[in-house]
Amino acid sequence: MTPVWLFLAQRLTALILAPLVIAHLAMILIVADGGLTAAEILARTRGSVGWGLFYGTFVLAAAIHGPIGLRNVIQEHTPWRGRSLDAAMLLLGGLLATLGGRAVVAVVGEP
Amino acid sequence: MPQRANQTVLDVVTWIQRHAEPALAYRFACRVGVCGSCAMTVNGRPRWTCRTHVSRVARERRLRIEPLRNLPRLKDLAVDMTPFFEKWQRAQGRFTPTRTRAEPMAAVRPDSAPRRAADAGIECINCGVCHAACDVVGWDPDYLGPAALNRAWTLVNDVRDGDRHGVLKAASAGGGCHSCHTHGSCVEHCPVGINPTAGIAGLKRQSLLDLVGGGLP
Ligand code: SF4
Ligand code: SF4
Ligand code: FES
Repeated sequence: MTPVWLFLAQRLTALILAPLVIAHLAMILIVADGGLTAAEILARTRGSVGWGLFYGTFVLAAAIHGPIGLRNVIQEHTPWRGRSLDAAMLLLGGLLATLGGRAVVAVVGEP
Repeated sequence: MPQRANQTVLDVVTWIQRHAEPALAYRFACRVGVCGSCAMTVNGRPRWTCRTHVSRVARERRLRIEPLRNLPRLKDLAVDMTPFFEKWQRAQGRFTPTRTRAEPMAAVRPDSAPRRAADAGIECINCGVCHAACDVVGWDPDYLGPAALNRAWTLVNDVRDGDRHGVLKAASAGGGCHSCHTHGSCVEHCPVGINPTAGIAGLKRQSLLDLVGGGLP
């Protein structure tokens, strides 16, 4: 991956994440305000293609966006560079995608 | 030391060397803002000392004069500019000719967009002030810095250059234009009014365009 690709990927995922984060936060507020229970929420999300896409995209974008940014920060503030850093960031991206993916399945998947 | 009208910071340093500390090391040449060799940190900010009037920067009649930031100090107020010019080379900040002197001069329209973009950054005097003002240069030893990238941007826009793709590639490699935070400290401090941030943004844009096939001719 050249720096140009990483730069592009980070800007694109930022574009995707911005509205999703706002929608996600707005939803939390609305849900908390409406006093929905976990069971009521799950009843709405289970089996929903829309929610699956919403949170699937969210997790994927975050898993790409986060490690690229963290890699920049690490390169700026520590001497860590090169392959080991790239590998660590790939691993982090994979971890975020896996954990996030599990959460999406838990919310959207049929039990 | 005696106070004079229109006294510059460089005058002060020179007075100190002549009258108080003969071993003081510092650098200057033209004294009129052309050569770019006299930059130092004055009251915490990088400045060209030959064109900086004491009356404008002294705080309560005090001046604190230090060497330029982000470059290794050689002695007293003189820093080693080698890393600065090495980065200049790493960014391929040098002209690649396509004609010999026997051939006629290339005709370049002064009002064409690329020429105007190049002209905006061409008057750099290599003083290193922006390099010293940039936090990212201080954090990341690989970062090419505003001066080298500004130079690269002028070459990317110079239609006479024989390797503009090479320049763009060098300037957008690791530690290149994509490491810039766009916070504009370089613009704020450049004594000749160059805007390296704009040039670096141009490099980012051009490198993205190149990626999707709409790049340099
Ligand atoms: S805009 Fe970029 S080059 Fe200029 S000071 Fe900030 S990080 Fe450095
Ligand atoms: S861009 Fe401005 S501050 Fe930077 S080296 Fe050139 S003249 Fe000096
Ligand atoms: S001495 Fe030449 S620019 Fe200051």
